[in-house]
Amino acid sequence: MSAPKLAVFKLASCDGCQLTLLNCEDELLALAGAVEISHFLEASSAVLPGPYDLTLVEGSVTTAEDAERVRAIRAASRHLVTIGACATAGGIQALRNLADVDEYRRTVYAHPEYISALATSTPVSDHVDVDFELRGCPVDRRQFLEVITAFLAGRKPDVPNHSVCFECKRRGTVCVTVAHGTPCLGPVTHAGCGALCPAYRRGCFGCFGPSGSVNLPALIPLLRRDGLDEDAVERFLHTFNTAAFDKELRS
Amino acid sequence: MTAIAPSAVIDTDGLDALVTVLLARGRTVVGPTVRDGAIVLAELSSASQLPYGWGVELDAGRYRLVPREDGAAFAHSAGPQSWKSWLHPARERLWSADRTPEGEVSFTAAEPEAPSYAFLGVRPCDLRAIAIQDGVLTGGRYEDTGYGARRRGALLIAAECTEPGATCFCVSTGGGPAADPGYDLALTEIVDDDGHRFLVRIGSEEGARLLDDVPHRRADMVTEATARGAVDAARDRMGRALPAVDLRALLGASPEADRWDDLASRCLTCGNCTLVCPTCFCTTTEEVTDLTGDHTERWQRWDSCFDLDFSFLHEGPVRSSGRSRYRQWLTHKLSTWHDQFGSSGCVGCGRCIAWCPVGIDITEEVAALRAEQETETER
Ligand code: SF4
Ligand code: SF4
Ligand code: SF4
Ligand code: SF4
Repeated sequence: MSAPKLAVFKLASCDGCQLTLLNCEDELLALAGAVEISHFLEASSAVLPGPYDLTLVEGSVTTAEDAERVRAIRAASRHLVTIGACATAGGIQALRNLADVDEYRRTVYAHPEYISALATSTPVSDHVDVDFELRGCPVDRRQFLEVITAFLAGRKPDVPNHSVCFECKRRGTVCVTVAHGTPCLGPVTHAGCGALCPAYRRGCFGCFGPSGSVNLPALIPLLRRDGLDEDAVERFLHTFNTAAFDKELRS
Repeated sequence: MTAIAPSAVIDTDGLDALVTVLLARGRTVVGPTVRDGAIVLAELSSASQLPYGWGVELDAGRYRLVPREDGAAFAHSAGPQSWKSWLHPARERLWSADRTPEGEVSFTAAEPEAPSYAFLGVRPCDLRAIAIQDGVLTGGRYEDTGYGARRRGALLIAAECTEPGATCFCVSTGGGPAADPGYDLALTEIVDDDGHRFLVRIGSEEGARLLDDVPHRRADMVTEATARGAVDAARDRMGRALPAVDLRALLGASPEADRWDDLASRCLTCGNCTLVCPTCFCTTTEEVTDLTGDHTERWQRWDSCFDLDFSFLHEGPVRSSGRSRYRQWLTHKLSTWHDQFGSSGCVGCGRCIAWCPVGIDITEEVAALRAEQETETER
């Protein structure tokens, strides 16, 4: 049996999630032994043609070209996994979904006519079928490897969609909301980071997007109590997963 | 229980010596200490790490450290963890398997790590919680071997309560601030004009042998009476109480209550209540494989009935609404736990109240369910 072909593609994104893969230094050799890395421009300019067995897509769809490209990527992929907040939720660039893109274009660029962009930044799953979505800004190294090893073993990845609070308590961290009055998005945020920020006495910023079970109306009064005014609450929720939390806010 | 040996008195130097002796005997000593704005449980290397001079101010969804003038070490309650973090840890390997190049597969059961723990400062409610988890995890046909090994090797030094918190309600669960049998030693802390000292009661041979190596004196009647008086007074100073009704019947009769909808609107389904609860024992398993595919491990980790995956069958979770998940937690704690394990699953430690980010208070919720039942029957 030949090794499965792995491809990594990038749409609108910062490359941080791909970098997470390159950062798996201890596992890279074993990974190169387990899969045939066929398309991964951040690591190598050598490119093999599809079809690919496992394709990882980073980034959101923000141009008509990328909307086309992601369909071609899908067509060339047996198993397609999106990685990171951009690919799974539109990323921070989805702030444009709530604003006037033409106005942005005119303000920022000397020659706005050179810029061709869609009015919205959307997750890959809005365009093609996705087999698995791995969240995070950036994705977590451990979860990344879990998705790949699960694929290789033909099993479901163990990526729970409960709240960050679960990880926080498993880690034995003192709750920053209850003990310090610090605003924290942990109770509505998808686990995955291992509750990193609370372990350093900071509230969760929601990098992994909404959990599988969100009750924002119950959390907002708490954020307000802990010092965020209405605008600050809006800003808190409109970061890396802006479109996903915004949807929750309006549901 | 008849005492193994007469009670004794030690001072803070004696407490220092106690920790030193435990460490010298190879015990891993775990006890309260101040970290990150709370009194947490952690490994101690000296009694000087105990939270001398710190107390806590508790309310639903609120925990604050407050300095205490009397310098007491055990005048606090409802910390963010419980002893289950050591006895029934958040993550534990169960077994691993390896495949040789020839394709032969071998399985290796994880050797339960059995450190010899000494738990210093176990609250009476937590002693009861440990007894409940003993029943759940080692009492049935299939013992949780890791838990069993750690538990059998653990030495329990209780600290009776003289300073119940605003979220405490052990008395209304049938317990109280005095330690029930099950401890090796039980301390009652006294700070008054006669000094800072601890009445020590002996609950096991091992406890008696331990005390032999620690400077102590025989308990005098005044110290004994003062200690008893302080613990008795604590009984009457509980911050909260569960309604004095048959809770098992009340919860059993309330699956359709409207209150669950009200709860669902407030509950974040974040799972904190179950994770801090010293009796909640639920776990799930995870399979870990490596990139070669020749090595795999099975791990057990804490789970909770607030997790959607907890009741996931084909097609989705059985308990998908917040209403049904909160109802599962409260009904299991106070009602179906009786059917399953012969007691209530709540010892009244108050952790779920203090550490619920939105401050949902089970005593208040039970009172509301009771009020709803009463209006129903009046109709
Ligand atoms: S610190 Fe945040 S993530 Fe941790 S338990 Fe508290 S609310 Fe949840
Ligand atoms: S239900 Fe709440 S009060 Fe009762 S034992 Fe559990 S955490 Fe403590
Ligand atoms: S209340 Fe939930 S988490 Fe706790 S023991 Fe019962 S089912 Fe398990
Ligand atoms: S009752 Fe509180 S701690 Fe428990 S799941 Fe609901 S919000 Fe979280």
